[in-house]
Amino acid sequence: MRSVYLDNNATTPVDPRVLEAMLPFFKENFGNAASRNHRFGWVADQAVEKAREQVAQVVGATGKEIVWTSGSTEGNNLAIQGVAGMYADKGKHLITCRIEHKAVIDPFKYLESKGYEVTWLEPDPKGRVSVDQVRAAMRPDTILVSMMFANNEIGTINPIAEIGALCKERDVLFHTDATQAFGKVLIDVEAMGVDLLSMSGHKIYGPKGVGALYVRRRKPRVRLQPLLHGGGHERGMRSGTLNVPGIVGLGTAAEIALQDMPKESVRIGRLRDRLWAGLSEHLTDIHRNGDPEHSLPNTLNVSFLYVEGESLMMGFSDIAVSSGSACTSASLEPSYVLKGLGLGDDIAHSSIRFSLGRFTTEEEIDYTIDQVVKCVNHLRKMSPLFEMVQEGVDLSTVEWQRH
Amino acid sequence: MSYSDKIIDHFQNPRNVGSMDKNQKNVGTGIVGAPECGDVMKLQIMVDDQERIVDAKFKTFGCGSAIASSSLATEWVKGRTLDEAMELKNTDIVKELALPPVKIHCSVLAEDAVRAAIADVKNKVRATGSAKKTVTTA
Repeated sequence: MRSVYLDNNATTPVDPRVLEAMLPFFKENFGNAASRNHRFGWVADQAVEKAREQVAQVVGATGKEIVWTSGSTEGNNLAIQGVAGMYADKGKHLITCRIEHKAVIDPFKYLESKGYEVTWLEPDPKGRVSVDQVRAAMRPDTILVSMMFANNEIGTINPIAEIGALCKERDVLFHTDATQAFGKVLIDVEAMGVDLLSMSGHKIYGPKGVGALYVRRRKPRVRLQPLLHGGGHERGMRSGTLNVPGIVGLGTAAEIALQDMPKESVRIGRLRDRLWAGLSEHLTDIHRNGDPEHSLPNTLNVSFLYVEGESLMMGFSDIAVSSGSACTSASLEPSYVLKGLGLGDDIAHSSIRFSLGRFTTEEEIDYTIDQVVKCVNHLRKMSPLFEMVQEGVDLSTVEWQRH
Repeated sequence: MSYSDKIIDHFQNPRNVGSMDKNQKNVGTGIVGAPECGDVMKLQIMVDDQERIVDAKFKTFGCGSAIASSSLATEWVKGRTLDEAMELKNTDIVKELALPPVKIHCSVLAEDAVRAAIADVKNKVRATGSAKKTVTTA
């Protein structure tokens, strides 16, 4: 069997239909969308505006509220730093969560160094932040709440609509990093009270290097201090010549994702459940990380106790997944997301994230179950921890020789 | 990161996986590392009357490089005397397996496991005073 790709939360292949749509904008339709006085510019501009509508529809927004970016790292930075800069005279308190993506955490850390105060909420053991936690953290000088829509490592979906309603009530802006949820689950910025929402192309079978930020225009009209100054593109919020082929690709990818979502989310959800059922049928001592009740349909994060994640990945090297173990990093620190759930470092070291996608087949899932089961058993045979547990030793009582 | 062929070989066909009775007088056991650090190695050696290592076993929880390092260490210590085995250097493991810099700690752990096993068996011999060759190591 060819290599199996189950790392779609890292990135996805470009859908052939997306690539087809993009190609003319590298070739004959190469114009600059900002050229207002000739046909080349008009064609490019038309394509960009069409893509704006396509993207807006996926989140229940209008095209005018879409700002093109280079991806979610930029979108998150623009939203967070942009609000902080623009509304600093109103207050300097911000609220977010410890298991956000680094592209959210690091802008907030940067703001802390600039004199802002950030409240870092702790999620529950399944990775959710409750509206009550947000309410308790709010202060008169709070200007922004940022909570991810769905977590990239464990797939847990936050109560976005509840947090949005609270923010509306308190007149606090609400940003959500929807990189993983965009195109996979229903999003409605109106019903959910979202003011700013980050999206990316390459997680939904679009190209890398392009993304979008939804910026609310009415009730309230959100203003942002730009990160990039220049020609005043994107209503002055993001200067720079537009990446027309990338934008066309993102628009097309968004349209396909929206069309396919009803049946695709069911199909992928079934495959994910098949994977979990197969693993739990054949293996003892495995733990599902995240919240099955509130989860992306494509994500399954499992800790295989007493075996280490990187060795697992080495064992089934023709299956692409990712691990919360960070044996390769200099710090030897495992995933801060899994640590943030309070489950202990050993759970993180033993974890594997399977993220399914549009091109995942049932045959691939069955092959994966077979390979993972074999590999876990192989590694457990040489695991001193597994042996100790079999002998009745409680690992938490052992005095380890730490390095 | 890609792995060297030797790491892959030791990972797929680990040598000397297993356990010996740790209560046996001529068996030394070294357990190093901690689960929350992502590595635990258990390395055991069995010595004869001449303090020569006649058998070695390991079990390792850790990445492929950690497994390969301990597998290699068991191969290397077999047939050596305890004093010779003390000379095993982690840098030799690094060289043999072509470990990248981020994996050097795996070889250090293997060296520590060997030393801990040697110390354990020496302690046992001294405590019981039964092995006839204890004088030679004093």
